[in-house]
Amino acid sequence: MTDVRFNKILLWLNALIPLALLGYDAFRGQLGANPVEFFLRTTGVLTLVFLSITLSITPLRKILSNNQLIKYRRVLGLFAFFYGSVHLTTYFVFDRGGSLSGTVSDLIQRPFIAFGMLAFFLMVPLAITSTNAMVKRLGGKRWQRLHRLIYLTAIFGVIHFWMIVKSDITYPAMFALVLAVLLGYRLYSRYKPKPAVRRSAA
Amino acid sequence: MLIKKPSDIKPSEITSESAYLSRRNFIRAGLAAVTTGATALTYRYFNPSPLPPVQVKDISNIELPKNFSTDETPNTIEQITNYNNFYEFGTSKDEPAREARALVTRPWTVEVGGMVQRPRTFDIEELLKFEQEERIYRLRCVEAWSMVVPWVGFPLKKLLEQVEPLGSAKYVAFETLYDKNIMLSSFSAGIDFPYVEGLRLDEALHPLTILATGIYGKELPKQDGAPIRLVVPWKYGFKSIKSIVKIMLTDHEPPTTWNEAGPDEYGFYSNVNPAVRHPRWSQAKERRIGELGLRDTLPFNGYGEQVAALYEGMDLKKYF
Repeated sequence: MTDVRFNKILLWLNALIPLALLGYDAFRGQLGANPVEFFLRTTGVLTLVFLSITLSITPLRKILSNNQLIKYRRVLGLFAFFYGSVHLTTYFVFDRGGSLSGTVSDLIQRPFIAFGMLAFFLMVPLAITSTNAMVKRLGGKRWQRLHRLIYLTAIFGVIHFWMIVKSDITYPAMFALVLAVLLGYRLYSRYKPKPAVRRSAA
Repeated sequence: MLIKKPSDIKPSEITSESAYLSRRNFIRAGLAAVTTGATALTYRYFNPSPLPPVQVKDISNIELPKNFSTDETPNTIEQITNYNNFYEFGTSKDEPAREARALVTRPWTVEVGGMVQRPRTFDIEELLKFEQEERIYRLRCVEAWSMVVPWVGFPLKKLLEQVEPLGSAKYVAFETLYDKNIMLSSFSAGIDFPYVEGLRLDEALHPLTILATGIYGKELPKQDGAPIRLVVPWKYGFKSIKSIVKIMLTDHEPPTTWNEAGPDEYGFYSNVNPAVRHPRWSQAKERRIGELGLRDTLPFNGYGEQVAALYEGMDLKKYF
């Protein structure tokens, strides 16, 4: 087995542990007094965690000069999408009782829900176009441009989290900080002054 | 010393291929064990298991007439003691169960004064001698969850009668203990401390309004606001201020903590009202702790028959 393959298995294993523990705790009735709220909060935070890790691949790749890292980005991004889907499904089934009209009215009345939905649905095209065949079909440049939507997903996701918190903003602020660093790095490396070209003496 | 030849030891003689591979597998197994262990521990660190309830003293030799009690099934003591909003001891639901253990509830006094004839300070032991009743009330949190709690306590009116409010007194202001050595700072919690709440005098004198000293026939667990707290069952839970040290009668509407933190979200009255929507939670429905589905929220939390008259002629959407 190659190292890359092994590392991917390792990633899958670790990424599924929170789900396994959530399931195990749910099975033995240990999700606390309000299991639905706990499940929602945990899957929401996991989505943001995986979005942050996904977004850290490019900076790490450049800083560590390790191009291998790119091979793990897709798995990470898809886990963000996976936990986001579980989060949204839980909300729809248990918080809205599976009612579409109830969801729409919640969406209109509560801006934080709108931000969360937006964040999720912007991930859908990215998940659909995540296969190698789709990269080919779209062409590298276009694919890359489309996948910049993940920046919006992450920003809206953090806003969504920030808005639901009543007063102690510690956790959303931590995600905001991480996101600011990750996106800031991209802006910096895009606009940083090019190394001056030395002119030969004329 | 002279090294004559570059090296006459072949790599294969140092480590055999099978040893190389088995070492690689060993490292991989180690990596798998360490990372998954670390991930699981990180998860557990952020999501600890709930604690068993702390033993508290029985409230002894008391009759417990169940005035105004609902016949709905009360929540379990585990639910009531592991799902608390007590921001002084942490802003998550499970932290107060651990952190409030630091709260010292003896000796404890409650100062009652302001616009009264006979201001005085009550020792908690005196307050426990008031005739205690069991009151099984619904509790509706503004966060759209609810519980049924078998409180033990006595009407606030009985305490106020002892200090004789002046005719000019119109409101009652309450204050929670604040001890920065054992409690969060205002900065960490995001709300001002000490926590303060208030009622209109007629609300305070209403027979449903009690000072609770216990739950399930035992003294209040610390995370539930020991040793004495307010319970106003027709208002959102945050009005029912915990661990009270001061009660003052005034002629003006007193400041209240959540109202100051978010005036558009939390009004002074904060009567349970499914018709007044909230930017974070739909107030039309609620999740009873222990249930997966939602139930309809009732106006005044189902106590409309008893309390609606207090607000006759008031626009409850304006005075939310």
